[in-house]
Amino acid sequence: MAQVHIERVSKIYSGTQRAVNDISIDIPDGEFVVLVGPSGCGKSTLLRMVAGLESITEGKVSIGDRVVNGVDPAERDIAMVFQNYALYPHMKVYDNMAYGLRNRGMPKAEIDRRVREAAKTLELEHLLERRPRELSGGQRQRVAMGRAIVRSPKVFLFDEPLSNLDAKLRGQMRVEIRNLQKRFGVTSIYVTHDQVEAMTLADTLVVMNNGVAEQIGSPLDVYERPASAFVAGFIGAPAMNLIEAVVEGDGRALAVGASRLAPFSHSPALEPGRPVTLGIRPEHLRRAHANEKADMDLVVSAAEILGADTLAHGRIAPGGTGAAPLIVRLPGNVRLETGARLPLVLEPGAAHLFDGETGRRIDLAEAAVAPQQAAMARA
Amino acid sequence: MNKVRFGHSVIPYLFLLPQILIVAVFFYLPAGEAVRSSFYLEDPFGFGSTFVGLDNYRDVLSNAEYRRVAIFTVWFTVLVAFFALAIALVLAVKADAVLRGAKSYRTLLMWVYAIAPPVAGLLGIMLFDQHVGPIVKMASWFGWNLRVGVNYHDTAFAMIVTAVWLQIAVNFIFFLSGLQSIPRSVREAARIDCRSGFRRFWTVTFPLLTPTAFFLVVINITYALFDTFGLIDLMTKNEPGNNPVTLVYKVFLDGFRGNDLGGSSAQSVILMAVVFVLTIVQFRFIERRVHYS
Ligand SMILES: Nc1ncnc2c1ncn2[C@@H]1O[C@H](COP(=O)(O)OP(=O)(O)O)[C@@H](O)[C@H]1O
Ligand SMILES: [Mg+2]
Repeated sequence: MAQVHIERVSKIYSGTQRAVNDISIDIPDGEFVVLVGPSGCGKSTLLRMVAGLESITEGKVSIGDRVVNGVDPAERDIAMVFQNYALYPHMKVYDNMAYGLRNRGMPKAEIDRRVREAAKTLELEHLLERRPRELSGGQRQRVAMGRAIVRSPKVFLFDEPLSNLDAKLRGQMRVEIRNLQKRFGVTSIYVTHDQVEAMTLADTLVVMNNGVAEQIGSPLDVYERPASAFVAGFIGAPAMNLIEAVVEGDGRALAVGASRLAPFSHSPALEPGRPVTLGIRPEHLRRAHANEKADMDLVVSAAEILGADTLAHGRIAPGGTGAAPLIVRLPGNVRLETGARLPLVLEPGAAHLFDGETGRRIDLAEAAVAPQQAAMARA
Repeated sequence: MNKVRFGHSVIPYLFLLPQILIVAVFFYLPAGEAVRSSFYLEDPFGFGSTFVGLDNYRDVLSNAEYRRVAIFTVWFTVLVAFFALAIALVLAVKADAVLRGAKSYRTLLMWVYAIAPPVAGLLGIMLFDQHVGPIVKMASWFGWNLRVGVNYHDTAFAMIVTAVWLQIAVNFIFFLSGLQSIPRSVREAARIDCRSGFRRFWTVTFPLLTPTAFFLVVINITYALFDTFGLIDLMTKNEPGNNPVTLVYKVFLDGFRGNDLGGSSAQSVILMAVVFVLTIVQFRFIERRVHYS
């Protein structure tokens, strides 16, 4: 077991394009870190540099106290689980797990003990004599896990290990991977493009985009205080509404197309005319009560009935093609008609604001939350 | 899956007819004729033939010259197949290492396959040319006066080298595509599991290559036995008597040069039997140990 330090690491494949650009992550011993981001953002490349399967163009990777930049993958004391499992097709399940141990010259009895123990943990005992092609997808996945576990490595590396499984199995394996990791306490780096997987598995989430780490933090932190409009749009389902707006009037109101919103009444003023992106999660809007003053009106264009929830799709009133699109999560029992006008109330302090040009977070929420916290402290 | 049924229609047989005709005319008829004439003594001047039972077989098998040719054929086949496969495998492994990730080269390399056989054949012969052949010249540096077509062993050497040379390109392409079809992640898993590249090759890469290798062993034995006819003909043209030939070439020699149709037919029947046995052995014993993933 060991901590992993990734220090200002970059990967340049050819010319000047950086697949990974100046990323630093400190991973304490035993922590589960998830790299998440859209396809092509450089997650696998970063993971493979830690594994030693890809050379490190710039920066430093250390495992434990040892810098591993030039160290052979077989000597880094890591184990990796691949998306397509990468089992050896010509070896039985037993040999698939034992292969790495044999190459390290481990005594036969010890190998046997470890393989059987891992097989027991993963309920693979009755499959040890089979070849990979005689296994189901889920069983292959478990063998791949077993091959990693028997090594007792310092670090587990996972590259989208559940992507080839069906939804139900994926859910089960997710829980199982988490439990195994907790049980063995092995430092883990897990790559996925699936934000649900990322949120449920991670101690620490690294949201990547275009080779850059947009935000590093706990899942809740990332969800509640996204560092950029990209993170805000990527984490959470359905995605956060990101609405182009311009600061107006006294610096507390926002012009969104033809309508005007004032979601930040408590915040300090911004300079009028500044372009910003307003971020509102679908679950932070609700229907206004009969006599309540609405923050905005939604012109409904479609309703997506999910059972427990209903998602209302539409545009901010007055509607029309120029108006900003909006999705609202409503209780399942709400019935909506297309074209109807729905008055909405925004949960206090739940809106996010991002710079219109850089996409970075503008920290107003703090100001909005602070008086409440102060009030609570006084009580 | 549902089977397509034609009932008792003649249509399927019609579709098969061209194939059956070709096989019948060019294989079954001559084979039958060979079996028949192997029991007869043909008059060399064409005045009929006499039934002699197994005499032709007895003559062939007790003939010391025939045994000498048979032994040479075995050596020739084993050496040609072995070196053609081994050299091609080494080259393919090297090429594969360069090609990983660089897909554009792959199509380029297919040209080897398209161009090589005729050009390589010509080159191979030229390499051993008595006057301009570089191999002859190189041999002379070491005091070896290489006389292809005159000295038995020199000819054998030249035949084997040229036969190997001719077959390498084909083997190379098959090995290379076999190597490229091994999933990248499997190799990477092996890199994490095993430090030594040599060990990795024999425990992971090569076993995954066995379907290709098995197929190529069959192809190469067939090649060495039968497809080298033209090469042998070219190299021994003037003096087949003093030079090494293979069994297939001897069938031709005895039948068409020696006019011993009965003996030559008996030899081809023996060869047919050998091929038949080889095929069974290959499929029974080798295939069982092959991993088809
Ligand atoms: N071997 C390679 N050669 C050149 N470019 C590569 C190579 N591998 C990956 N890339 C590029 O690097 C970027 C990141 O790839 P990758 O790390 O696989 O993304 P992810 O795993 O996040 O989907 C992509 O733009 C991809 O095209
Ligand atoms: Mg990837």
